[in-house]
Order: sequence, then structure tokens, then C-alpha cells
Amino acid sequence: MDFTRRNILVLGSGVFAAASFAGVPALASKTDDAIAAFTGGVGVIEGGIDLTAPEIAENGNTVPVAVSAPGAVSIMLLATGNPTPAVATFNFGSLAGSRRGSTRIRLAKTQDVVAIAKMEDGTFRRAGATVKVTIGGCGG
Amino acid sequence: MISRRDFLQTSMAAAALYGGSGFGNWGRLAAQQSLTQSKLLEFDTFGNVSLIHVTDIHAQLKPIFFREPEVNIGVGANRGHVPHVTGADFRKLYGINDGSASAYALSYNDFSALAKGYGRVGGLDRVATVVNHIRSERPDALLLDGGDTWHGSYTCHHTAGQDMVNVMNTLRPDAMTFHWEFTLGSARVNEIVENLPFAALGQNIFDSEWDEPTEMFPPYKFFETGGVKVAVIGQAFPYMPIANPGWMFPEYSFGIRDENMQAMVDEVRAQGAELVVCLSHNGFDVDKQMAGIVTGIDVILSGHTHDALPEPVLVGKTVIVASGSNGKFVSRIDLDVRYGQMMGFRHKLIPIFSDVITPDPEVAKVIDLQRAPYETKLNEVIGQTADDQTLFRRGNFNGTWDDLICNALIEEREADIALSPGVRWGPSILPGQDITREDIWNVTSMSYGEAYRTEMTGEFLHVVLEDVADNLFNPDPYYQQGGDMVRVGGLGYRIDINKPQGRRITEMTLLKTGEKIDPARTYSVAGWASVNEGTEGPKIWDIVENHIRKQGTVSLDPNNSVEVIGA
Repeated sequence: MDFTRRNILVLGSGVFAAASFAGVPALASKTDDAIAAFTGGVGVIEGGIDLTAPEIAENGNTVPVAVSAPGAVSIMLLATGNPTPAVATFNFGSLAGSRRGSTRIRLAKTQDVVAIAKMEDGTFRRAGATVKVTIGGCGG
Repeated sequence: MISRRDFLQTSMAAAALYGGSGFGNWGRLAAQQSLTQSKLLEFDTFGNVSLIHVTDIHAQLKPIFFREPEVNIGVGANRGHVPHVTGADFRKLYGINDGSASAYALSYNDFSALAKGYGRVGGLDRVATVVNHIRSERPDALLLDGGDTWHGSYTCHHTAGQDMVNVMNTLRPDAMTFHWEFTLGSARVNEIVENLPFAALGQNIFDSEWDEPTEMFPPYKFFETGGVKVAVIGQAFPYMPIANPGWMFPEYSFGIRDENMQAMVDEVRAQGAELVVCLSHNGFDVDKQMAGIVTGIDVILSGHTHDALPEPVLVGKTVIVASGSNGKFVSRIDLDVRYGQMMGFRHKLIPIFSDVITPDPEVAKVIDLQRAPYETKLNEVIGQTADDQTLFRRGNFNGTWDDLICNALIEEREADIALSPGVRWGPSILPGQDITREDIWNVTSMSYGEAYRTEMTGEFLHVVLEDVADNLFNPDPYYQQGGDMVRVGGLGYRIDINKPQGRRITEMTLLKTGEKIDPARTYSVAGWASVNEGTEGPKIWDIVENHIRKQGTVSLDPNNSVEVIGA
């Protein structure tokens, strides 16, 4: 397993300034492009891959995310709402005992985190989770 | 004088339990007789296991008044379902007569009039009497505390939770989970928990650095009761570092972590658990959702959202029990567990009518001991309510206590707009009642009570309202934080709860001029309970005390500044 790319940043908290709700349409196509490059245009099937991420980020600057896909040779992780969606690609050799990886990522705003797994049989699997980045405040 | 009773236990046999549909008409079955302690406690002991649930006491040692919400809107799949049913609809649903003891305890209408007849509720010395009574019928009943116990009063603040720890210890709980406790700061929480004579549980309390479970807060504990192996799994409030100041407990991480909950359920089942109980501070809708995702939990004892439900709600085979707040209720659940399975249960939400239930003398003594050093401060009368003025907080939008606090912020801090947190705790004050310092602390006390004054643009104010609204009205319960809408003073707005985040709030208006809020303009905003480190300002309780002193008699104008659409 190795990181082909990593853009984890650990920054000081700027709690009240972090939130932005403007959609940036260009990012969606960046995600699509990244997936297309990874799959070579092969269709992607939902399921067969577990993506664990918090529903609401405790700190948008460092959000723990874990992926696991038995039978995967490679798993790509994308933060679809970040200016650069690519987070990491985990590659697994044929002797890898488990096909899982975890890291922490910075999320610019509320967005979907997506994982795509390339399986040993050449098919592709997908899982996604919405992670909310909030300014926080008033809990009962 | 209390002249009748319509509290009745609900019970279900195994066949009906897994039928999944509604229960009997809770109130209508009741006999019309005088409200007595023995009637309140009457329970036909059932099966072989008893659970006693208290939650969200918010440090209310003494009896108080507590008005239940008038507005409690459900969204998505929970629209129109309990606990999002209030007032007349709620009474109709459970067959509760207008003006009855149940109507007073569980709905808001005629609150001040009924309160004068039925009196105060709660008081941990009364709760002790109920707990002791249940233990007299079932000596090894498990007492489980859902948390929000070490927060919410003058004495709790000044003793950093020690008063509540001392009193709760006399009740001998078996396990507890957490929320506001962490706002004492992690060093203090750790100090208390290290010496706690019962289990401090939280399967979702993780070490924030390594994202691993902690030793301080184990996920579960086994109990042997009635010959049954019972596993109690704790679930702390998932959004602690977001809804409350995370910098006060930076070593801890939370979250719902339902995948880990499933792993814990599987683990305790593999170890021979015959009954799996989840002691939860998720909030009711989150618990319902979790019950549909995690399989194998028999009972969820639900806290956080302060809902009091006279009957459990069933999701699949999971029974969800909601036991109110502020010491107003105790739930008793008797279960029949045989062959490693729950075969049936019997439940009763016991309202703690303080004039009906005799205080336990030992616990009353311990309570008085905690309060003794502070009595003069606690009892000082600051003002009165007018003859037609009730003060309450609970509800999705501003209560009258919130209006008073916002007025105090605007006047004492010379601001255009006030923001006050939508917390669900805080007892009520009846018309013509003295307001003491203790009463003010009961609705403001916290470890981050600084009242800030700052400048915000209209655009940013909109972002704040949208953010909080989505914490309340996101159709997916897992994205709800369980607080109510931020309270506002000097500001009006329209909210369409069914719109997505960013589009719910419109028509924001500065009330003092009647002008629309300009996104580009800067407004002076006073508020309190900021989650940001380093917030400065006088304490909110001093601001409110000064304001009430100047008022003498508190009388508030009706608040029509929030227009709700899509409820």
C-alpha cells in the first residue's frame, strides 16, 4: 500500500469562517474526470466496498476516513467538493492480507466523499458518504 | 388539588410486541381516582429484569416547573410522528383528557393554570423514592442515567458538578453516558469518572488523536440480574465537539459510529448477552434511525432531545423509551427474558409530581448539604413575572425565557441583534412568581457563558441561521444535532423548513427599523455560549440579572418575529 497522492493539511481552526455553501459546478466534472481516468470508462457498481466517514465533521481540517473492499487491487478516494478532489489511491499487492486503508482529509465544506475500488476481476465498485462541515453551536 | 389520575403502565406480551403496531389507549384505560404515590408507583412486576431510566436531569436537584413544547416539528420520515406531536394532537394520540394530570405533565396547554393545581415536578429526593420503591419490588433492578446530569444549575456550576455526583451516588446508578458533562473540561470529567462508583460508558467515545476507543469510557458493561446476562452499551452525544466547545475536551472524539455499535452488539451477543440495552444520548430521531440500521439491540433508553413519551416506540424488534428531562420523569421497564430472548415487556413513564411523592429523607439531606453554602445567593429574589407572564424555553423557536434573555443582551450590550442558543434545558416560571438568582442560573448556567458583542454582516447572519436550521431540519436524522433553532432578538425571519440548507431562511428583517437585512451591511450582534475559544464578555447570568432587576416585573410583548412555513 502506498500513497500516490496526499493532500492532508493540518491547520489551526478558524471555526466561524469555515463554512461556505456555494456550489462549485466545476468540481463535479473534476471528480467525474478522475473516476473516468481510474476506471478507463468501465461502468461502476454500487456496493462491495465499505466507506466509513463521520456524518458531521468534528474538525473539517482533519476528517478521519476509512475504506475497505475485500478483493480490491486498488481503491481511489475522492473529496468531491474540494478544489482538488483526489485524496489518495491505495494499491494492494496480491499477497495483501486485507484490502483497507484509512487516512485523514481536509474538507473545504459539506460534500460527498467517494471511494472507487478496482477489483481483481476487473470490475469497479463505488461507495459514497456525505460529510457535513458545520460552524457548530447550539446543542440541546 | 389533584383529583384524578390517568397514568397507566403499558404492557405487551411477546406476540403483540413483535406485531409492531400501536399500543392501547394509555390514558383512557385509567380509572378516575385521586392521584396518590401508590397509584403513581403502581406496577404489576413483570418478567425477570427491571430497568430504571433517568436522563437529562440538568442538575435539577429540587422540584421545578417544566412546560413541554408547543412547537416540535418533525421532518422527513419523522414528520407527524412522536415526539413531533404536541398539545391537543398529543393528548388525542394517547387518549389524555384535557386538564388531567397527564395533560399537565405531557403537553403545554393551560400550563400555568394546571401548574397551580398540580404543583411542581421532579426533585431528586422524590426520584430516589421512586427508585427505592422499584428496588423494593425488584432488588437488582438496573438504574441507568442517560447523561446531562452534571450540568445546569448554580450549585452544579460552582462545584464543577460535584453536587450532582454526590447526590446521584446516593441513588446508586449502575451505568451512565454523557453529553454536557464534557463541558466541565476533560481534566475535570476524567477526575470524576476515575472515582465514579459505577460504569461510565460510551462505545462512541474515542481518543481523538488515534481514533481509538478509550480506557476511561468502555463501550459496555455486563450485569447479571434476575438470572439474565444483560449487556448495557453506552452511546454518548455524537456531536459534542461541534455543538459544544471541542477545545474543552480536545482528547476526545465522538460521532454516531453505528458500525462500531453493531460490532459491540455482536461482541456482547457472542459473549452470551441475553438482553442488549443501549443507554443513549443520541436524541430520539437518531435513535430511531440507528435502531433500523443496527440489529440486535433489545431496548434503547433514549435521551438528549428531552422527549417524554408515555409509551415506547418500536422499530423492528427494538423498544425505544424516552424519559423526558429535568428530573420530571422516571421510566420503569420490566422485561421477560428467556432462552436468550426478550419475550415481552411492561413499561411505565412515572411523572414525578413533587407534592404527591414523598421525598426520600436521606437523599433530601444530601441535597440540602450541597445547597447549604449557597442558599443566600440561590434564594435572592431578582424580580417577578407579571400576572399573565409565563417564562419557558422548550420549543423549536423562541420561548419567553429566550425573549427575555435576548432583550437583556440587546439592552445591556447595546446591540442591534441578539442570538441565544437553542438548548432544550431550563425550567419554567409561572405568572406572578418570584424570579430568584437560582431561576436565572437554571436557564443560563454553563462553563462558557461569556456574552460576546461582535459585528456580523447580514450575509454571515444568514449563514449562521441556515447552519443551525439544518442541524434541526435536515431530513436525515443523522445530520441533526438535537438542539432547537437559535433564538433571535431584534431580528425577524421566515423559515421554510422543507427547503435545503442555504434556502430555508428568507425575509430577514431588523425589527427596530423594519428594514430588510442587507447582506453587505454590518450589524452589532450580542450573544452567548459561543463554541469558540477565547470568547470574551460578561457572564450571561449577570446580564440577565441586571436586566430583570431594572424591569422589576417582567412582562414581554408577544413574539411574532419568526414565520414558519412547511410545518
